[in-house]
Amino acid sequence: MRRRIAPLLLVPLLTGQAPVLVPDVSQRAIDIAYSFTGAELLLFGAILYPGGRVPAGEKPADIVVVVKGPTQSILLREKEKVAGIWVNAAHARYRSAPSFYAIASSRPIGQIVDERTRAIYELGLGSLQLSPTSSDAPEVQARFGRGLVDLRQRAGLYLEDPHAVQVTDGVLYRARVGIPARVPVGRFTAETFLIRDGRVLAAAVRDIDIRKSGFERFVARAAERSEIAYGLVAVGLSVALGWIAGWVARRL
Amino acid sequence: MDLYLPVANLSVNALVIVLLGAGVGLLSGMFGVGGGFLTTPLLIVYGIPPTVAAASSASQVTGASVSGVFAHVRRGGVDFKMGGVLVGGGVLGTGAGAWAFRRLQELGQIDTVIGVVYVAMLGWIGSLMLREALAAILVSRRGEALRAAKRRHHPLVASLPFRTRFYASGLYISPLAPLLLGFATGILTMLLGIGGGFILVPAMIYLLGMATGVVVGTSLFQTLFVTAVATMVHATTTRAVDIVLAGLLLIGSVTGAQIGARLANRVKPEYLRLALALIVLAVGVRILLGLVWRPEEIFTVSAG
Repeated sequence: MRRRIAPLLLVPLLTGQAPVLVPDVSQRAIDIAYSFTGAELLLFGAILYPGGRVPAGEKPADIVVVVKGPTQSILLREKEKVAGIWVNAAHARYRSAPSFYAIASSRPIGQIVDERTRAIYELGLGSLQLSPTSSDAPEVQARFGRGLVDLRQRAGLYLEDPHAVQVTDGVLYRARVGIPARVPVGRFTAETFLIRDGRVLAAAVRDIDIRKSGFERFVARAAERSEIAYGLVAVGLSVALGWIAGWVARRL
Repeated sequence: MDLYLPVANLSVNALVIVLLGAGVGLLSGMFGVGGGFLTTPLLIVYGIPPTVAAASSASQVTGASVSGVFAHVRRGGVDFKMGGVLVGGGVLGTGAGAWAFRRLQELGQIDTVIGVVYVAMLGWIGSLMLREALAAILVSRRGEALRAAKRRHHPLVASLPFRTRFYASGLYISPLAPLLLGFATGILTMLLGIGGGFILVPAMIYLLGMATGVVVGTSLFQTLFVTAVATMVHATTTRAVDIVLAGLLLIGSVTGAQIGARLANRVKPEYLRLALALIVLAVGVRILLGLVWRPEEIFTVSAG
């Protein structure tokens, strides 16, 4: 029974006009343990066209993959030279800056979609919705926005790779995205967009959980939740190690 | 050998941190200082967030001072009454320091203040030590015996009320003087993650006029307790103590401290002081350059 129903259900899907994306990621969860130095995510999937192959006479579609970390409310400060030394002067607040943002595409994003579409779907480092809360002049906001992107790009937290997506025979795609060790923990999303002629034909989202595991999780939790015990253990550890070293040295 | 630091949220080369601890421990064993004034800036240069660096290096100083305190207690080199007053002042100082830390963090000026205080302190102490060490070397080169300076406390100290006797230190002074001294050192411990030994020792000799035999032991006694309290305060307020980072630093520094203590016996003390003065000045100049050179990162992010 079941075998018969399955193909029947697929029929309307395949005969519909818009293609369907079937995305997946190599890891649904990344565990941070003692030896964590970063991870590499493989994002892959298939494009299901009506009829099962790329319609004849159509230009090949582009694939854009965006991996986003949990958004943070942040305060961005800018240093200025005052009386000979560099001190923090102006600042800007953002309600929803992504803690991690990586975009991979099959062609430079500027050639795939126009500025409006980029802004709607937050495609590209120049189109992030940071939601600043201060009412600074647009040029000041732009300067701070560029500063934040530049800072996080150098930390490996914001990435833009215009050639990282490979599309095989127009139906299979894959992309690799590097996750650095300094990554924040939380729920990440991997969004995949199928775009042709500047229009988003299909989009799909997968969640990835990045979390500390084992000893690292235990320590980070203890530091947050049982801070007095944690402090006592830290002091006890230093006294014990110092005392042991002195005891050993006296006997050498 | 990469190791992930669960509170700092980044991975470091464990061997580099252990060696850093060992190097600082070697110096602290040789010169009898806690070495926090080197650990915090070096950790920041390595890429550890400043708050985590200050919080975790305080516990390293605790470890480095433990065996020193035991050694001094055994040979009667600790004035417990004086030490107790200093610790009391120090604990009050860490409280004030914690408040200042939070206030400066809100204003976004904590890094600048840490830098400026370091430069002022290291420059001042370093040049004093350099002058004193050079004079001592010149005198011993000429073959003269150094005239022992007459021990006396500063006139301001003598004018404070409620005098009491500190037998081991050979003093009859107001406990307010060491209380204030402990308070100032406690603030520095909290802000900079240092033990403050290199402030405390000269102050005890030149301001309080303590008997030199108990100066180092009593200073270590104060350092041990005040850095332990500072670690507790950091653990409960900034929550920036990274126990893995502290452990790595400790393994290196307690070993280095023992080796350093043995090396120190083979070198003439005035040359040791000269070397320490040069190191202190070099660190001060490095931090000064960090303040005046255009930084690589004009922008910084903090939780808001």
